[in-house]
Amino acid sequence: MNITIQLLYLFSSVLFIIGIKMMNKTKDARAGNLLSSVGMLIAIIATLMQIEVISMVEIFICIIIGSLIGLYYAYKVEMTQIPEMVALFNGFGGLASVAVAISDYWLKSQITEANIDIIILVSIILSVFIGGITFTGSMVAFLKLNGRITGSPITFKGQHPLNLVMLISFILASVATWMNPSDINFMIVLVLISLLLGILTVIPIGGADMPVVISLLNSYSGMAACTTGFILNNNVLIVAGALVGASGIILTQIMCKAMNRSLVNVLLGGFGQTIAGEQTEGPSIIVKEVGVEEAAMLFDGASSVIVVPGYGMAVAQAQHVIRELMEQCEKRNISFKFAIHPVAGRMPGHMNVLLAEANISYDKLIEMDEINNEFSNTDLVFIVGANDVVNPAAETNPQSPIFGMPILNAYKAKTIIVSKRSMGKGYAGVENELFGYPNCLMLFGDAKQTIAKVVSEIKEL
Amino acid sequence: MSIDSLIILIYVLVLASYLGFELIAKVPPTLHTPLMSGSNAISGITIVGALLACNELGYTTLSKWMGMIALILATINVVGGYAVTDRMLKMFKK
Repeated sequence: MNITIQLLYLFSSVLFIIGIKMMNKTKDARAGNLLSSVGMLIAIIATLMQIEVISMVEIFICIIIGSLIGLYYAYKVEMTQIPEMVALFNGFGGLASVAVAISDYWLKSQITEANIDIIILVSIILSVFIGGITFTGSMVAFLKLNGRITGSPITFKGQHPLNLVMLISFILASVATWMNPSDINFMIVLVLISLLLGILTVIPIGGADMPVVISLLNSYSGMAACTTGFILNNNVLIVAGALVGASGIILTQIMCKAMNRSLVNVLLGGFGQTIAGEQTEGPSIIVKEVGVEEAAMLFDGASSVIVVPGYGMAVAQAQHVIRELMEQCEKRNISFKFAIHPVAGRMPGHMNVLLAEANISYDKLIEMDEINNEFSNTDLVFIVGANDVVNPAAETNPQSPIFGMPILNAYKAKTIIVSKRSMGKGYAGVENELFGYPNCLMLFGDAKQTIAKVVSEIKEL
Repeated sequence: MSIDSLIILIYVLVLASYLGFELIAKVPPTLHTPLMSGSNAISGITIVGALLACNELGYTTLSKWMGMIALILATINVVGGYAVTDRMLKMFKK
């Protein structure tokens, strides 16, 4: 092992660590990301130093193709679609690990005809397993997120026993590969089972749980990189993979906590179905409507406003008109803040990115725990495209499927205005009793258009 | 691979994971999306394995082709991941 190369790998590991450390402060985060990318560049250069000159042509062709595709996606993607993109890229990372593992397996079992070391073989099998599940699991998550397959859970009888059978077959095929490393049939079986397991484990998970799933798959893609590190006896892969693995696990925990669900509960899936079964024909909710003029007057008369944004706001592309609303209110010395629920949006922190895109300063975006005490002293809460995260049923109705989920205490405010297209249900498919509260007014219509009208009314006041 | 090198790799894995948990727990929720896309780019470190796999002899071997596929995918992951993270972080203003 060349000492220069090893030291460069060490240096690149340190840059990854510092890069992530700099993500702790919003103002340093961009520099941290840059530092991390320099770390990656150094790792690539150190690796290229070990490559025969003769292979350089195809390597550069592959790198150029990959870079062009990557850049194209990175600059074309809408901020609403970031979760899909992350899911897609997670999948690519997983598939890359599988390909590296197969490449190494083929080299050692078919070309050099050497006996594969047991440690390497176990690493290869693990890499195929984790990488394969990451790949197809991410693809299913990607298709669910962009609506090409249904967001509702797909379940069938015997689903869990089937997964168990697959898992046992995987272990048996692993043992067979170990006893007969040069027989590629067993390796093919291992690859196929991993790919199938990825699909089977993600299809029963409902659309509302996708933030958990992408966080978890993110963690898997890091673990897959770790296993590649074990195959190649390379520390930088292990350090980088471990950082990503840890990041994914922490985000998964945060998401589960914010929905009051255990990870096992999410993974077993079928959330939407239990609701359909439990749905009772309760007294239907009677709501009060409000027009744009009246809404404008309510804004004008308030001294404090908190906006609760949800994914619906982003779908309606209403974040820019909300910024105009904010500017109008601030001109009138009305305090204007945003309350961000941890699961608002389609992935952790998604709402913050969407509001940042609309040039809303990040210090106005307040986390749930910090802002929940403020609602009772707030004149006006404006809910745009959010539903389940403000549903008081989570606190009051033990029968509700979302019971126990921490919510934003929007109902405690003096007045609540809800901007909503129609009386549809939230992503979790649950009726929202807040809409029937005496202090709650409904502002029906497309969020972008109605808010724009409210803004022009306020301007005239 | 000897047991000794395996133990060293496990050491690195355990310590790096611990460090990861410590560092990432402090990332503010505002940055969770860029954190995820940025760590996504870091998981593209598989590019190192892909490059080494591309080094295998001859175009006729499966090893080489798998290496090249892995290289394209890992490059998309790395370049796309860092670029989109930068694009997002650029928008965070006070």
